Amino acid sequence: MDAMAEIRETFFLECDDLLEALEADLNTMNDGEGDDETVNAVFRAVHSIKGGAGAFALEDLVRFAHKFETTLDEVRAGRLEPTPDVMGVFLRCGDILADLVHAARDETDVDNAVVDGLLAELEELCNAGGAAAPAEPEPKGADDEAPADDLGFQPISLDFGDDDDADSGATTFRIEFKAEKTLYAHGNETALLFRALNDLGAPEISCNTDNLPALDEIDPEGAYLDWTIRLETDQGEEAIREVFEFVEGNCTLTITEETSESSSSETPPDGGEADEMGFTPIAFDAEISLGDEPAVAEAEDSPAPTSTDPAPTPTPAVESKKPTTEKRAEKKQAASPAKATVRVDLDRVDRLINLVGELVINQAMLSQSAQESGAAAHSGVADGLEEFKQLTREIQESVMAIRAQPVKPLFQRMSRIVREAASATGKSVRLKTEGESAEVDKTVIERLSDPLTHMIRNAVDHGLETPEKREAAGKENEGTVRLSAAHRAGRVVIEVADDGAGINRERVKQIAIDKELIPADAELSDSEIDNLLFMPGFSTASSVSDLSGRGVGMDVVKRSIQALGGRISIASEPGKGSTFTISLPLTLAVLDGMVIRVADQTLVVPLNDIVETLKPSADDMHEICGDSPVIFVRDRFVPLVDVGHALGYRDRLENCLGKVIILIESEDGTLTALVVDNIQDQRQVVIKGLEDNYGYVPGVAAATILGDGRIALILDPDSLLSTAIAAPPPIQASLAAAGGAYV
Amino acid sequence: MSEIEQLDVQSDTQEMVAFRIGEQEYCMDIMSVREIRGWTPATPLPHSPTYVRGVINLRGAVLPIVDLSGRLGYEPVEPSARHVIIVAQTVNQVVGLLVDEVSDILTLLEENLQPTPDVASEQAKEFVRGVVAIEDRMIQLVELDRVLPPLEVAAA
Repeated sequence: MDAMAEIRETFFLECDDLLEALEADLNTMNDGEGDDETVNAVFRAVHSIKGGAGAFALEDLVRFAHKFETTLDEVRAGRLEPTPDVMGVFLRCGDILADLVHAARDETDVDNAVVDGLLAELEELCNAGGAAAPAEPEPKGADDEAPADDLGFQPISLDFGDDDDADSGATTFRIEFKAEKTLYAHGNETALLFRALNDLGAPEISCNTDNLPALDEIDPEGAYLDWTIRLETDQGEEAIREVFEFVEGNCTLTITEETSESSSSETPPDGGEADEMGFTPIAFDAEISLGDEPAVAEAEDSPAPTSTDPAPTPTPAVESKKPTTEKRAEKKQAASPAKATVRVDLDRVDRLINLVGELVINQAMLSQSAQESGAAAHSGVADGLEEFKQLTREIQESVMAIRAQPVKPLFQRMSRIVREAASATGKSVRLKTEGESAEVDKTVIERLSDPLTHMIRNAVDHGLETPEKREAAGKENEGTVRLSAAHRAGRVVIEVADDGAGINRERVKQIAIDKELIPADAELSDSEIDNLLFMPGFSTASSVSDLSGRGVGMDVVKRSIQALGGRISIASEPGKGSTFTISLPLTLAVLDGMVIRVADQTLVVPLNDIVETLKPSADDMHEICGDSPVIFVRDRFVPLVDVGHALGYRDRLENCLGKVIILIESEDGTLTALVVDNIQDQRQVVIKGLEDNYGYVPGVAAATILGDGRIALILDPDSLLSTAIAAPPPIQASLAAAGGAYV
Repeated sequence: MSEIEQLDVQSDTQEMVAFRIGEQEYCMDIMSVREIRGWTPATPLPHSPTYVRGVINLRGAVLPIVDLSGRLGYEPVEPSARHVIIVAQTVNQVVGLLVDEVSDILTLLEENLQPTPDVASEQAKEFVRGVVAIEDRMIQLVELDRVLPPLEVAAA
């Protein structure tokens, strides 16, 4: 059972990869950029899923994949034009296929009505395709260098005596094949070999059972059978040898050429066994389809796409070249893989990353103690340590890169979200993706999925107008949602942009007032109004739609992004659309920080949050109501937060002169001035969570280990700010929560 | 035969690590003790209860230190180099307990353990699972899982 479970797991892992590839290829096709090879790739993916599913008796999955495959085959055969409508069906099929796979994996149920609906649509497409372009029998010889589009493993028998074959100049080979014990011991299967021969032509296989001992003498692991195969093919001897490539050395194989006329005569094998003479030809296995009637073979090979296909059954001659070329194309693929990859247990990678983290800390400690022991700046020790530092950093980056994954799969999933949201809202939407190859830490990608889904739905549901309104505004009927990723300054920036009507600020403000989120007389700037969207309990949808607008929207998104150490901001232009920008750290494991001292404690401030550092002058300092100090900087009054006081290290400072101010910008552009004693260093630190052994500490994001081996806390400026403001007035509090501004 | 006997011995006895806080002697199951190390200065955590001394670096892990004296209701100790940290594994976290010294390793029979006397305060009952009398000494068995504040309390 365990072994089975393991294989099953592997199957589902592979399915995920296949589904990913499927989605990508379907999207390419949908964009009208697909060529024949794309169609084939789609077909292969569906086929592989079907094959695996069959092995695990996942009937629903097989049934659906089979129908899907059949319809795809119509496209491959050129009988069905991949029009946008057809592609729409295919894309939804891809979605359902994914659902079915996941349902099979989690042993849950899928909405059968949807599945059946799609099956009916596929059926219709099949019929339409078949009727529109009736199959034309092609002479088999025409597939000498068959276009690579014909892929599909369809073990279908051929009429060996087909006249077309005779014209094709194909040669007939006589193959003497005797399996040795080791062949089976190595897990090979003769039937598969014969089936592979099926791709080359129509083999006529006879099995010689003469060597079979009496039942009680049979060694269950022994090899007693040999076969004589007559194969007419245009592929030449090499192709045949290739089929037997994997069993070479484990069998006796003789391939001789014979003319059509002499094919019935028994040529003695060159180096074959003597006892192979006088074999009794018996049918080997229905599965290798020796029969002359296609229908028989098809019926017996249950997943054969054509067996339940009500469309005109393609003639054997047309079908016959498909297996051949599929095999070839697959080999081609195997021979030149795009990139070699290994599947590695994530735990191993994480262990390695932890170790490298230790190495970084250790290196810092070593540097520090070398410095303290008085090593000269350019001594061998110092130089060596400097090099060591470089190497450590490089190792760290390489190790981090292992965890990094392209955002492509994530983006692909979003195209489904767009489709579903579009059909639910009756809008016509196109998703454009950019920068799919940008790489981000795996965990970031995983945890980005939910917020991004929500944002995409929002963009379709709230961002884009209905087609009528778009037309009235002189826009294209079809709305566009753009999803892009790019690396910028050590972070990855993900944008979700729509070309809708933009944020209706009047309405947003009115809703916020109605919901008593802000006072009726509040004077808010455009960006402040936009940021109201992030307030908890805010929902612009007048009717709660199925998709979004449950009122838990953007504030949840914002919190999930912040939990990843990211920030989210919004920009909107009336009539042109809105853009949400997420900026995320590339990794959750390290952070560039500024090491500061406050009240004899060492702390780290994330460098990404810092705008500038300055020494305050008395002229810039002001007090609001006597106890809320602000500083005038960059033409704005920025609230001062005494870090030492906010963290409870000391009483509130009487004045900040002589201290250092660190200007922090939160994601919405709000400035805050942190008062610290001095700045010590700027360095990369390894993030160590506090949650595992302790819990959440307000104002603190995490901890790190410094060069002296002591732990320093990493500040979380946003939460520090909210803890620092004791009993804030309501408007301030709610805006702070919403990421609003003070100035 | 001897193996069986040994198993029997193990099944109804417990090895305990005994330690001192002020004048009192306490003990805990040796199986929960991961290591015993000297005191190193801890980095204080903001907004934490006074008995949480802060966090130290335990070979790359962040280890919170609980002043057991403060936690059990005595005066918080002023740690010095002679103080000891017992690194203990609770149900789902690892915590360092600051104590005065480790005094003994005891083999305890189940029947030696008496329930905490009723006279004890609620706080004492919360942290002390039972008392052990060995010779003239009274040793209190610490309820380890209660020592660190629950995570949700820490998060509040």
